[in-house]
Formats: sequence, structure tokens, C-alpha cells
Amino acid sequence: MLETFDKVEIQLKVNGKPYSASVEPRLLLVELLREEFNLTGTHVGCDTTYCGACTVLMNGASVKSCTMFAVQADRAEILTVEGLEKDGGLHPIQKAFGQSYGLQCGYCTPGLMLSTYQLVAENREPGDSDIRKAIAGNTCRCTGYQNIFKAIRLAAQNMRGA
Amino acid sequence: MLAQIGDDAKLLAGGQSLIPLMKLRLANPSHLIDLNFVPEAAYIKEDGNSLRFGALTRHAAIEKSTVATRIPMIHDCAAGIADVQIRNRGTIGGSLAEADPSGDWAAVLLTQKTEIHCLSPRGERMVPLGDFITDAYTTVLGHDELVREVVVKSPEKGSGGAYLAFKRSAPVYPTASAAVHLEMEADLCKDASIVLGCVGLVPVKATQAERELRGKKIDDKTVNSVMEAVRAAVDPQSDMRGSAEYKRTLAVGLVKRTIAVAVRRARGERVEVSHIYA
Repeated sequence: MLETFDKVEIQLKVNGKPYSASVEPRLLLVELLREEFNLTGTHVGCDTTYCGACTVLMNGASVKSCTMFAVQADRAEILTVEGLEKDGGLHPIQKAFGQSYGLQCGYCTPGLMLSTYQLVAENREPGDSDIRKAIAGNTCRCTGYQNIFKAIRLAAQNMRGA
Repeated sequence: MLAQIGDDAKLLAGGQSLIPLMKLRLANPSHLIDLNFVPEAAYIKEDGNSLRFGALTRHAAIEKSTVATRIPMIHDCAAGIADVQIRNRGTIGGSLAEADPSGDWAAVLLTQKTEIHCLSPRGERMVPLGDFITDAYTTVLGHDELVREVVVKSPEKGSGGAYLAFKRSAPVYPTASAAVHLEMEADLCKDASIVLGCVGLVPVKATQAERELRGKKIDDKTVNSVMEAVRAAVDPQSDMRGSAEYKRTLAVGLVKRTIAVAVRRARGERVEVSHIYA
């Protein structure tokens, strides 16, 4: 028999918009985003804290949303892939992934773009070893990473110009 | 709260080990008490001759701290644990309290004079790290007790240390790791501390290998005897990360490389190292 738990009221900001929810304490953050808020751009890859497909930013720091409880995001600001575009236009990181063919099946891409977001926020001119370190927690099974590297270099370059 | 709820309750720090263990049903706590809403528990302070880390200090905060680089092997460790996302959540106190035989912090900090300050309703007590971990996944912490602070004494002038871990990919635990701290006087090694991770139920202090270094010039002959002593000291298990023999060979190779970095740092050179992976 499944145990039930008292629900907890939480309030948080996702992509700049206020959300509130009533959740069981065992609910994972990624389940809150996907199943309660319908923000299905954040993916569940391995569900074992390995692949990084579920990466989102919480208060500016990248986290694996499958390895946090939703109640831990109470009062937090979350950024998901849906929050990257602005006024209907793609974010420079999204454009760079498209232009550089930095994806094939696209499953890992939202997580990679958010890891890129944190990298570029901290380091406007990342070198190859910085990029390697920044995306070490994001697994891609299609590309072999070469075009992802190109995309991240291009994104950083375009964002310096912007 | 822990005292009230009973010993089925667990403390949740960064959760980067506990939550995956719960998903696998290897941990099944009746209650979790989330410590993350106690911001005062995350800090890095320089205090006379010591560095003091609040238990909830994230690996990423230590990696980025200029204060923490005073002990370079602490930076080696913090910058190489798992990946960016896990370092943004995982904490030094949580890692030590979990006492995973493959954890990074215990191996590193056992080469230093490290004190664990524990807090319970009975008050605070200090436990040297060497006495804190008693077995795999087991510490002296009572069920109503937590790690409040980790205090590391600054090493002597003229000393150098380094930490190297080998892992199969970024997010996983290392296959083997080596922490070496050397106190040097010109070419002579005055004192040495060598601890190996992932190759026993608790981090292995290689006392015979340390003896091989004391009072010696660090040349090929000395390093070879240290490597032989390390080979004899470690007792790894064969598992999915590699066979026992593979891990033994890996530990021996890592010690050689780590000594080389420690010697250079003792001379005052700046050397950047971190975890190694394929």
C-alpha cells in the first residue's frame, strides 16, 4: 500500500512567473515542473543523478531537478528551458545550438543549454577546458559532443557581442 | 526534532547521495529533516591557524573560495567532485557524515589535522576526523546528533599536499584516490601523511608508506618503496568500477603522481590538479 503524506503549500517563481502548488513532500522538483506546471521542456533522462537532462537553474545555480524535492524549491527562483526565449525570440544559446547543429535527438539539449547558461554567466570567455568542466554533468548519447562544443563557443561569442 | 521523531529520521543536507539511495530503496527514512533552510550553516572562515567550514557549505562554494585555496588539496578535491550541478548542492558536512568509502573529503582531510564539531541536545563535542568514521557508511554520530562544523588546521610552512582521484566519468564516485601531504626541509621529507580512498571500507592511512618517506630524500628509490608499501596497504573490493588488482595498481600510480605534485607545491610552485577521468 502506498503511504500518503500531508501536502505542503509552496510558492516559487518559475521563469519569472509566480507559481504556487500543494505537494506531497516526496514529490521531486522535476515532477513538479513537468506534471504540475506542464513545463515539459525539462527532461527526465536517467533519474539517477547522472545524465543532467533534468538540469534547471535554482537561484542562479544549476541543479539536477531529479535530485531535489519540490518542497526544497519553496521561495526559490527557477529557470527552465522555457524561460530562455524572450518576446518570442530564441535566446543566443538556443540559436547557437541550432546554428552549430549542437543536437541530434534533442533529449539532453535543455539540460546542456542551462549548463551553458551558468557557464557563460560566470565566465564570458570560456576556453575548451572550462567548457569540458561545465558540461561534464550532461550526457549526450548522439553527438560525440564536438558540435555541442562549437555551439557553446558560438553562444559565448554572441553573448559577448550582445 | 531528531530526538522526537526517533532513529528512523534522517537529516537531508545536499541530498546528492541520500536522494538517489532513497530512489533505489537502499535508504528508507520515515522522515527527512531538511537542513537547507539554515543559511547560517554554510560558511568558510579563516580563523587564526584554521579554516572553519560550516557543515552545509557546498562543494562549489569551497571550489570558488580564495580562502580555501590556502590548502591547495582542498581546492583539488572541491573542484573535482562529481559535476557542476552536484557541486552546487552537495555539502562537506553531508559527505563526511555519509562516510561513503569512495567519498572524497574524508581521504583529503585525514591527511590534515581535522576536527569534526558535532552538535546534539547534550551539547557540542569535538571528534578528530580519524576517530569520526568507524566503518563503511558509519560514524560516531548519535541518531540525534549532527555535524555542525569542520575545522582544518593550516599546514606548516614548507609543506605541500595534493589530492588526485581517478573516475570513469564526471558524475560518478572515483575508482581510486590518493591524498598526500608532505612536510619538507630543503630536499628532505620531515613528515608525510598518505591516505587512499575507495580501496577499503574506510579511507586507508598508509602508515608504512609514510615511514618510507620520513627523513628521506624524495628520489626514485624512495618513491618505489612508497609505492610498494601502498600496494601492501590497500584492500580494494572488485566491483563494477574495476577489479581489486586494477584498483590496487591505480592507487599505486596515483600516489606516485600525487607525491610529485606535493613536492612541487612544497617548493612554492603553483600546480593545478583535479580529478582525472576518461
